[in-house]
Amino acid sequence: MGKKILTEHISDPNLHKLEVYQQHGGYASLEKALKKMTPDEIVEEVKKSGLRGRGGAGFPTGMKWGFIDKKSDNPHYLVCNADEGEPGTFKDRYLMQCNPHALIEGMILASYALNANKAYIYIRGELYYVLRILEKAIAEAYAKGFLGENILGSGFSLDLYVHPGAGAYICGEETALIESLEGKRGNPRLKPPFPAVSGLYNCPTVVNNVETLATIPWIVNHGSEEYAKIGIGRSTGTKLISASGHINHPGIYEIELGVTVDEFLNSDQYCGGVREGHSLKAVIAGGSSVPVLPADLILKTKAGEDRLMTYESLSDGGFESGTMLGSGGFIVMDETTCIVRNTMNFARFYRHESCGQCSPCREGTSWMEKILARFEYGGAQAEDIELLVDISKNIEGNTICPLGDAAAWPVASAIRHFRDEFEEHIRRNGCYFE
Amino acid sequence: MEQKNTTISFSPDSLELVNKIIKRYPEGKERSALLPILHIAQAEFGGWLSPEVMDYVADLLHLLPIEVYEVATFYSMFNLEPVGECVIEVCQTGPCMLNGAGEIIKHLEKKFNIKVGETTPDGKFTLRAVECLAACGTAPVMKVGTEYHENLTTEKVDELVNHWCKCGKMSHLNPYQE
Repeated sequence: MGKKILTEHISDPNLHKLEVYQQHGGYASLEKALKKMTPDEIVEEVKKSGLRGRGGAGFPTGMKWGFIDKKSDNPHYLVCNADEGEPGTFKDRYLMQCNPHALIEGMILASYALNANKAYIYIRGELYYVLRILEKAIAEAYAKGFLGENILGSGFSLDLYVHPGAGAYICGEETALIESLEGKRGNPRLKPPFPAVSGLYNCPTVVNNVETLATIPWIVNHGSEEYAKIGIGRSTGTKLISASGHINHPGIYEIELGVTVDEFLNSDQYCGGVREGHSLKAVIAGGSSVPVLPADLILKTKAGEDRLMTYESLSDGGFESGTMLGSGGFIVMDETTCIVRNTMNFARFYRHESCGQCSPCREGTSWMEKILARFEYGGAQAEDIELLVDISKNIEGNTICPLGDAAAWPVASAIRHFRDEFEEHIRRNGCYFE
Repeated sequence: MEQKNTTISFSPDSLELVNKIIKRYPEGKERSALLPILHIAQAEFGGWLSPEVMDYVADLLHLLPIEVYEVATFYSMFNLEPVGECVIEVCQTGPCMLNGAGEIIKHLEKKFNIKVGETTPDGKFTLRAVECLAACGTAPVMKVGTEYHENLTTEKVDELVNHWCKCGKMSHLNPYQE
């Protein structure tokens, strides 16, 4: 079994209670950090740990913290991105529901490091029942003196609140999230300025994913060196993988970065293999936005090496033959899956979730869905394949935020790796799967 | 801004909650409380946001009505038309589709004799197909109010719906209360 950082005690049904969390060593890092470490020392530790943003982009967390504008006279803010909405990803919900204090502890440490006295957890509105769990846990932390004025006599104060979204995938993009937290439509902002300079209420702000923040207590407790020992190369530490689709054991698994895709997919410790009597057709390894890969390319790189569950190995070969670790949403499809239908389903998702600000995304997502429907229901022409490729290329890189890319990549990769299936849909004038 | 004459207002309990939420944001940034307050308003005023309700919320937060309308129309959880007493939202995205969400939706359409997006003639149930609910490992999934129902089968759906018919299930309840 690999190292467990976030899920070590998660089988304890009472872990959500502060007392139980403390029995398992919870909140021990506060004493150390707030009394013996300076904020800059914590930032340095996080930098050295190699921890990368677990929301999907994989940007080094310590570096992001280092960008905070210290010269600004404005207050600093920490915002937790709990707007988990990437199809195939359901780890943050699980983490907040079962281990809310890990997130709270991580946010206290991060706020101290960033000199923020107010922090918000922006949680997707559908998860109100998790919001209630978080509010209870926060109330417990206030009662213990871990939140509020002068925490543990350190002179540092922090208020922490939970804020619900209301059903908009785009608010997972950090500048859209900030707009939404300000009570506006979730339209992403142009960058620069980046949030570290001008974020919430135009003040220096760091936005971090739930899993990222929940990892901080372990790093403070055990040190960056211990953390960096886990994993391979620039993919340090552990990662929560959400496994779904046609597998024997769907669920959430904390892996040490670096296990092989083959082991993750087929070992009983993890997915337990493709469901009985079926064979692997394709995998979307990092949430619906990343390129889909056929069975051979997900298990081995083009050079024939074992593909690993790391940022680097999954992207080996670029988009020609690789994909991305993304948010760790691992969606497995067996031979009964129609790639065209699946791509159309995601195209509908992105059309629905496009905020409408940028024409290429607003118009392009709608066109892609309509054209894919011609393949699925009949009426597609030979030139429609190139038309889809053309539209996807015109969206990619031409929008304010990455939703455009996220909508374009699934379509482009489906055609790249499963062109014959699109052609067969044209020949048969519609879908031939059950 | 002048308080308009309005026939609606939050219950004292809700008003207390609303005021508590407004204080979570820095002075002058009360607009931040708009989404949580719209959630509470939708629950309290029949499951949807009528123009009258939105105007009331605008007054509370000292916003222009348009500032509330433009937000309410952006987010898919806000209903801008009346809905049934119990809104059933079935996830239809990727992993749920791979694991039979389509059958669950068809089953419910048949059971209620309505199409997705419609409400039963008695006003009891509204059926929706929604995008990813972040519960793909327990697909297929549906949400009713703030409850998640996972690992659905047609049998499980029948059981739930029969129970809801008997108990007069309401999906729009104050989301801050269990």
